[in-house]
Amino acid sequence: MTNVTPLVSDVLLGAAAAFVALAIVVLYRVVKGPTMQDRVIAVNVIGSNTVVILALVAAAFGEPGYLDVALVYALLNFLMSIAISKFTVERGGVI
Amino acid sequence: MTPFELLIVALAAGGVFFGFVAAVGVIRLPDLYTRAHAASKSDTLGAVLSLAAVALVFGADIATVKAVFLVVFMFVTNPTAAHAITRAAYDQGIEPWSKEDAEDDTNPTAAADEADGTGSLATDGSGVDTEGGER
Repeated sequence: MTNVTPLVSDVLLGAAAAFVALAIVVLYRVVKGPTMQDRVIAVNVIGSNTVVILALVAAAFGEPGYLDVALVYALLNFLMSIAISKFTVERGGVI
Repeated sequence: MTPFELLIVALAAGGVFFGFVAAVGVIRLPDLYTRAHAASKSDTLGAVLSLAAVALVFGADIATVKAVFLVVFMFVTNPTAAHAITRAAYDQGIEPWSKEDAEDDTNPTAAADEADGTGSLATDGSGVDTEGGER
């Protein structure tokens, strides 16, 4: 499908591995954040890192089907943040 | 290495750099609001740069359209989500961090009237500091 050289494929896989490491580092704030909103923001960062990881793996392996998974995951990630921020306020007028 | 491949590598490296900045901000900054600042801006830029690299890798294809949709979607929704969460936190009465909190040893900011008392928050701040010193 794609005419990606092995060097570019390795670079994209290395970038995906770096994003995995960054997501594991951000997991510290999910465990330890003092308030619930800290944890939600950290989970949001991990979710957007997951979208980037899926897209980079799709480009490195030349499989465009993974981009659909990334698109659905980005939608669900946004919906999770909005739902939590609306249900933690009584009147719900956050946006 | 052609200039096209060099552009892809540069975009991926920029994405990893801004993802690193966002992770450092989320771990090290003292407050919910400052952490949301780091998460919304740096992480959005890192994601957009990486997804631009992905969109360049797929040539003239339907996958490029999907990658460009991902770029636009991340660019719109990621700051919106951080803004909504931060506004919900402000409506719940979580006070922003101020300079007096840095000079006090105890940290009475983040939800002093929630389940965690000030004692655990003080250990939280010192724990973050010692953990940064070890790195």
